[in-house]
Amino acid sequence: METTDLIFRIVLIVVIFAISLVVAMYSTYAERKVAAFFQDRIGPNRAGPWGILQPLADGGKMFLKEEIIPTNATGFLFIVGPSLAILTACIGSAVIPWGSAIAIGGHTFDLQVTDINVGVLYIFGVVSLGVYGIMIGGWASNNKYSLLGAIRAASQNISYEISMGLSIIALLMLTGTLSLKEIAEQQHGFAWNVWRQPLGFILFLVCAFAETNRSPFDLPECETELVGGYHTEYSSMKLGFYLFAEYINMFISSAVMATLYWGGYNYPFMDNFAAWAGPNPAAIFGVVVLFGKIFFSIFFFMWVRWTIPRFRYDQLMDLGWKILIPLAIANIVLTGVISTLLK
Amino acid sequence: MQNHPVYTDNDPQSELSTLNLGPTHPATHGVFQNVLQLDGERIVSGVSTIGYIHRAFEKIAEHRPFYQITPLTDRLNYCSSPINNMGWHMTVEKLLNIQTPKRVDYLRVIVMELARIADHIICNGVLGVDTGAFTGFLYMMEHREAIYEIYEEVCGSRLTTNIGRIGGFERNFNSRAFDKLRAFLKNFPKTLKEFESLFNRNRIFVDRTRDVAAVSAETALSYSWTGPLLRAAGVDYDVRAMNPYSSYEDFDFEVPVGDNGDVYSRFLVRNEEMWQSLRIIEQALAKLDKEPSDIFHADVPEFYLPPKEEVYNNMEALIYHFKIVMGEIPTPTTEVYHSVEGANGELGFYLVNDGGRSPYRLHFRRPSFINYQMYAPMSRGMLLSDAIINMSSLNVIAGELDA
Repeated sequence: METTDLIFRIVLIVVIFAISLVVAMYSTYAERKVAAFFQDRIGPNRAGPWGILQPLADGGKMFLKEEIIPTNATGFLFIVGPSLAILTACIGSAVIPWGSAIAIGGHTFDLQVTDINVGVLYIFGVVSLGVYGIMIGGWASNNKYSLLGAIRAASQNISYEISMGLSIIALLMLTGTLSLKEIAEQQHGFAWNVWRQPLGFILFLVCAFAETNRSPFDLPECETELVGGYHTEYSSMKLGFYLFAEYINMFISSAVMATLYWGGYNYPFMDNFAAWAGPNPAAIFGVVVLFGKIFFSIFFFMWVRWTIPRFRYDQLMDLGWKILIPLAIANIVLTGVISTLLK
Repeated sequence: MQNHPVYTDNDPQSELSTLNLGPTHPATHGVFQNVLQLDGERIVSGVSTIGYIHRAFEKIAEHRPFYQITPLTDRLNYCSSPINNMGWHMTVEKLLNIQTPKRVDYLRVIVMELARIADHIICNGVLGVDTGAFTGFLYMMEHREAIYEIYEEVCGSRLTTNIGRIGGFERNFNSRAFDKLRAFLKNFPKTLKEFESLFNRNRIFVDRTRDVAAVSAETALSYSWTGPLLRAAGVDYDVRAMNPYSSYEDFDFEVPVGDNGDVYSRFLVRNEEMWQSLRIIEQALAKLDKEPSDIFHADVPEFYLPPKEEVYNNMEALIYHFKIVMGEIPTPTTEVYHSVEGANGELGFYLVNDGGRSPYRLHFRRPSFINYQMYAPMSRGMLLSDAIINMSSLNVIAGELDA
């Protein structure tokens, strides 16, 4: 039992890691195709059929590029920056429940690497660490544009983490647990949290945009003001790590959003489907459903990016501190009052 | 020139940092530099450095015959070169007292208004890009390509057009040019409408641009601003209306005026000018139908180069060709100033002639150069992001700035 479980866990870790990377890779491709779709263009179509090998070509290019470390950069920290960014991006997926348990040969296996009882806090901690990668990289570059980008990233992430945390608190008041697995199980069928926490979801969504540094909150790397922002001085695969980390973060945020608010692997009439097709196919279909939700979120991230302009730095802060935080607190009060009255 | 402080970062106690914005920076859209002193992201003071691509056009023009100065004007505001070309031709025509036929005037109006639309497409599109919305820019660029294809039909080139000659055009517009023009008039309004609906009431865009870099009418006038910038500040000065040239008096159009000269009103003024330009082109097309279709230049054989087949077969044409090329034709010894409404302001040509084949002195009144003088003073106290969108909405074209 223990050995099979351990082997299964290791396999699951490898698979999830690989899936995160592949999804992130193809997000870059999807981003370009989606942008092309919005902009009446064709998008990448040279590498392989419909350009599907484009991410591989880009990755290969990144590895083969000359690596430049500026003379005045702090050498060690310059390398730590992107490493930290990609590391924190990759470990976030550990607590996400990808599906309900499946049974193989008498053993039941959870489709989750680990179900720690503070899963939500873990995600928050990891995401918060991510900003260190940007800050360290931006500071170590010894370039003013990088430094400005790093400062923007730091203040933006700190401000938006508060409202993100507050928007989650209202959710936790309803779920009563911090374990992502239990939160997912509570949303069985169509009882998704988003119906109970619409305002909380919108706040969380806005904060997710800010946490992943996606447009309209892409100030840390906005190219028209800060050249490349915090990664101005980076080249080769270190730049690749930064860009890649952004896409992995987008994937993880989408997964967290799907798990917390959109029912995770749950879908309507799942019991009927399980009774008809058996529990294992139903569980696997749940995984497909979860990925469907994730991909839609990723598409939504891209849709927004290619449609609207970005904020100015002070407007961003105003939105975070003067609008989102009061709204999140109001949401907590509202949730408390309503759930007490309904009790 | 204002005195040029040298900023250094050597003082460890200083709260300020120096940022070198340019000469190569994605936001400058050209080669010019601003050394800014920043307190956080707020600009304390700034110094503009210009002249990186100064090519001494005014000096070169003193050594060139009049008709060879046209390609120099191309390279001023290269986003709307036809306006520069036409302005120069009209200046020489004013010097030589040449009356152009109405059809030539209308054709010129069409080309100039197309150029204005092309320029405003770039400026407003790039303003969108600089605020982070890339998509609208590409919607509009498709139609700039359509305009460039019309240029191609008219003169064979796209960016630096060298379009027209002294006295008219080098050849008549062909039917494909008119077809493409009509297609453009049909397709462009849809896109422009879509572009406006993407931006005009977009909350983020309005917040980003409203009251940013607002300029009062008095300040704008005191810095001799012209064009959309001045009109956005509320002054209804348009050379086309105030001092009509090329038969603009025959056309019915409005001069859009903004309220406080901020980036948002400049954006709106430029969009509205595109609508007005479309109106003018439509009127011009209607007027062209009433004119004889084979006239495309004034009858001035001593200044208008004859076609090559004429030169080889006809003695008068050969003589005129020789006299024009060798500069044997006397010109009046006088001074003229002619200005046209360029895409970003009043584009003037001050020509001092000593009777020879080339100008004694030629000065371009370049709106970018004059508009840009306020950039450093007005940047004081702005956030870096605001300064950058202010720069894009000033529509500073490096070629015109540095000449």
